[in-house]
Amino acid sequence: MMGRTIFIDPGRCIGCQACVSACRECDSHRGTSMIHLDYTDEGHSVASLPTVCMHCEDPVAPCAEVCPADAILVTADGVVQQADTTRCIGCSNCVNACPFGVPKIDLEAKLQMKCNLCYDRTAYGLAPMCATVCPTGALFYGTVEELQAERPGVQVADSFVFGETEVRTGVAVVVPAERVQWPVPGGLPVVEINGKDVRR
Amino acid sequence: MTADPRAAADRRTIVPLDPSLAPPGTRAFRDAGGIPADRWHADQNGETLVPTHCCFCGVQCGMYLRVDHGGKVFGVEPRNHDINRMRLCPKGINAYQQVNHPDRLTAPLMRRSRDEEFREVSWEEALDFTVSEVKRIQQTYGNDAFGLLGGASLFSEKTYLVGKFARVALKSRHVDYNGRLCMVSAAGANKLAFGIDRAGNPFSDILLTDCLLIAGSNVGECFPVMTQYVWGARDRGATLIVVDPRETAIARTADIHVALKPGTDSAFFTSVLNVVIEEGLTDENFLAGHATGWEEVRAKAAEYPPSRAAAICGIPAEQIVEVARAFARAPKAMAWHARGIEHHSQGVENCLSVINLCTATGHIGRPGAGYGTITGQGNGQGGREHGQKSDLLPGGRSISNEEHRRQICEIWGIEESELPPAGTSMMEMVWQMQRREIRGLIGICNNPFVSLPNYRVVKEGYDTTEFHAQFDFFLSETAANAHVVFPVTTWAEDEGVMANAEARVVKHNKAQDPPPGVRTDTWVICELARRLGAGDKFDFPDSRSVFDELRVASAGTVNDYYGITYERLEETGGIAWPCPTTDHPGTPRLFEDGKTYHPDGRIHLQAVEWHPPMDPYDDEHPMSLTTGRTVAHFLSGNQTRRLGALVEQTPRPWAEIHPSHGFRNGEPVRVVTRRGSEVFPALVTEAIRPDTVFVPYHWPVPAAANALTIDALDPRSKIPEYKVCACRIEHAERVDEVPAPPVAPGHVAYPETQVSRTEPLPPTAPQGRGTSERS
Ligand code: SF4
Ligand code: SF4
Ligand code: SF4
Repeated sequence: MMGRTIFIDPGRCIGCQACVSACRECDSHRGTSMIHLDYTDEGHSVASLPTVCMHCEDPVAPCAEVCPADAILVTADGVVQQADTTRCIGCSNCVNACPFGVPKIDLEAKLQMKCNLCYDRTAYGLAPMCATVCPTGALFYGTVEELQAERPGVQVADSFVFGETEVRTGVAVVVPAERVQWPVPGGLPVVEINGKDVRR
Repeated sequence: MTADPRAAADRRTIVPLDPSLAPPGTRAFRDAGGIPADRWHADQNGETLVPTHCCFCGVQCGMYLRVDHGGKVFGVEPRNHDINRMRLCPKGINAYQQVNHPDRLTAPLMRRSRDEEFREVSWEEALDFTVSEVKRIQQTYGNDAFGLLGGASLFSEKTYLVGKFARVALKSRHVDYNGRLCMVSAAGANKLAFGIDRAGNPFSDILLTDCLLIAGSNVGECFPVMTQYVWGARDRGATLIVVDPRETAIARTADIHVALKPGTDSAFFTSVLNVVIEEGLTDENFLAGHATGWEEVRAKAAEYPPSRAAAICGIPAEQIVEVARAFARAPKAMAWHARGIEHHSQGVENCLSVINLCTATGHIGRPGAGYGTITGQGNGQGGREHGQKSDLLPGGRSISNEEHRRQICEIWGIEESELPPAGTSMMEMVWQMQRREIRGLIGICNNPFVSLPNYRVVKEGYDTTEFHAQFDFFLSETAANAHVVFPVTTWAEDEGVMANAEARVVKHNKAQDPPPGVRTDTWVICELARRLGAGDKFDFPDSRSVFDELRVASAGTVNDYYGITYERLEETGGIAWPCPTTDHPGTPRLFEDGKTYHPDGRIHLQAVEWHPPMDPYDDEHPMSLTTGRTVAHFLSGNQTRRLGALVEQTPRPWAEIHPSHGFRNGEPVRVVTRRGSEVFPALVTEAIRPDTVFVPYHWPVPAAANALTIDALDPRSKIPEYKVCACRIEHAERVDEVPAPPVAPGHVAYPETQVSRTEPLPPTAPQGRGTSERS
């Protein structure tokens, strides 16, 4: 399985947004946060869920695959980089292709920005900013063995299905032990666009 | 001030970027040099990292401030300190932004009456005017007509100076501090039961416990970094019990969430004790060997069977039984509590009822078993230890104890007859201001216009004073009412110590020189003292010289700091008091030898009788209003309401209500109490009791929870009853605007934060927990 990566454990998230603030401090996109925080069950519970780039592995990151300018590079260690500033034309193809809704476009700069796993930190053996500060450990950086040593019996998933497409990711999500199932359903399939049934 | 920033950099405590170059002591931080010197961005080459701590809550997370070539703070880097192990909350991450914020005050502000505008004046003029007003008021109305209100965000050195300044230079009995609004109920209860005023166990003990009871603490939002300990305990299989009227992020994951009605805590805990006794789960050996007063407590507990408490607290009786069994049967159990049970007119009793439970089950003084109080303010613990509180002298000595008075007078070099008696508490001082008994006031780093209950009374009190001076680094709502405002340093511009919620003393280091025109609080206090004729007693060039006197002044007391030195703090990353000698390791866990700090070494249990909250419910006001914090803001918000990311995260307050009232999310809801009414957007959620409304309190009127809360006090601790008052809710037309924080003349407010503060709220906008960033 994966080497050193981020593990997301939504069950621990307290919605504090320390990750959002920390992401703003990352030197590769200082001032803008690349993390989404969702409140999944509003009105009933305070449950919250952080989304960082999942660093898709298989098929090759959809964002990179659709980019007409070849602006999104995937490094040998599987990190899907944010757009190369000299290449990106700001067309938003990547935004539409990403099944997790991750990339953001700076319209003025005509530039895509997204989480690049804090390459400026991880390249030196430091954890990404979000996973470093997350007070609860809802974002954890390390190997799956390190995670399991700290949280006995924890189960993780790294593949998700969207309709008929399965995506394997470099970032993994903690799933309740009794609900382990691969791949994890990632979302509902798109069945209709502009009134037309698009199912094959 | 120095012209050469390099020279300033030389004086800072710096952890070299190359680990092999770190001085031997810094290795104890475990992370010394954790950041590689050759980070890939050119702008980081040459930056220095100054190890220090967060300026905000009582966790006191370790952090590095990133300092650029020019000697200016420009960022933060997580630090692997024992307390937080790299973790930070959003306040901690954004804290550095206030250091060089455009709203910083950089020259003294002055006006001769409140009808005039402020003008920037020289230090000379501001100090002279202040001293002449102090003298005029004291000569006309007596020394006690001038008061001093300190703050619990100040370093302990400065809180020591505040207490000494009031008694020696002002010669007034009226000194108190805003820690009075923080954890004094727990302090009072701990002092009564254990003879010592601090948490019994360090945070790390949470990792060892089998049953963790959290009462009245929204740990997820107020102390987020503590959640790593809670989760660590959960990973080991510990049971989690949360007592809170709201389903907070931590309550959501608890094994047992007791959603009791605000103001009924002691009835609940006494009833849990009732079940413990009924089921034979008490630790009789422990009680016989270590406690007094058990018979009275047992008799009182008999009056609170679960059926009675369930009716008072509005919870199922079975929950009481469940909690009793889980807590008493656990091999090691701990109780941690915070303002939720302390902010009451029976705050001391609430805390005593928790102590009774811990003692009866023998969960005291072992690794993983004991009690803790979660301090809200950075130095809420240390801030009262050295004489800033109206009834205390340095070292936690009592100002009414002959022997203690004599000891301190000897150290201070004054006659015992010169030392004033105990004064009154913060809220009482405001009442005295209303009655013109206190005519002049100096406030140091506090903001009662937002933080005290019953705003109208507070405003009237302050408006009535003839002279009011305030120390701060931003113009707070309270400073905007003053005659003189002294611009002072932030925590990053001076060194000093704070004691966190574990009573662990940590050292903050200086990361940059203050902006021109800004002075340290120490300098201003000493300068005022000199002009008041007490200069020889205030010859302190820096924090270190104050700390050395503080150490001596605390020697031999329960709060013994004598063995703590700056050097030792830098080497160890923190020492818990008592620490009597320089080779003493400190005392992270209390009572390991089974002895308390009472002369008989026993735990003095006190029987507790529940009584209803001070603001009675009636047909007009049938519901409970309760207040609290949000994760993005700190206390009165004077600091955090200016930081862009935090304002964006939580731009305004809201009223959290249950769906059964028929409101839609974001609709304007008017909250009415006997003190007034205000309109907030509704946050409709099942995570709150139907009979309870919650409003966070970080904003000023007309969006201030504290315009509605009651100024009733606990008779012993004098803490206000923020956590419960009677209210009703009504439909309204529009939510009240959130005012921008005041800005001094000549300063530009931060445009980024202004926008999100004043944007009108669409009536049906989703609020989340006041969150604007959503996807
Ligand atoms: S920092 Fe951690 S706990 Fe806080 S919102 Fe982000 S993921 Fe959740
Ligand atoms: S999560 Fe989205 S942005 Fe990240 S690699 Fe996959 S497709 Fe690209
Ligand atoms: S926005 Fe930039 S990175 Fe995204 S697909 Fe278009 S060119 Fe590629």
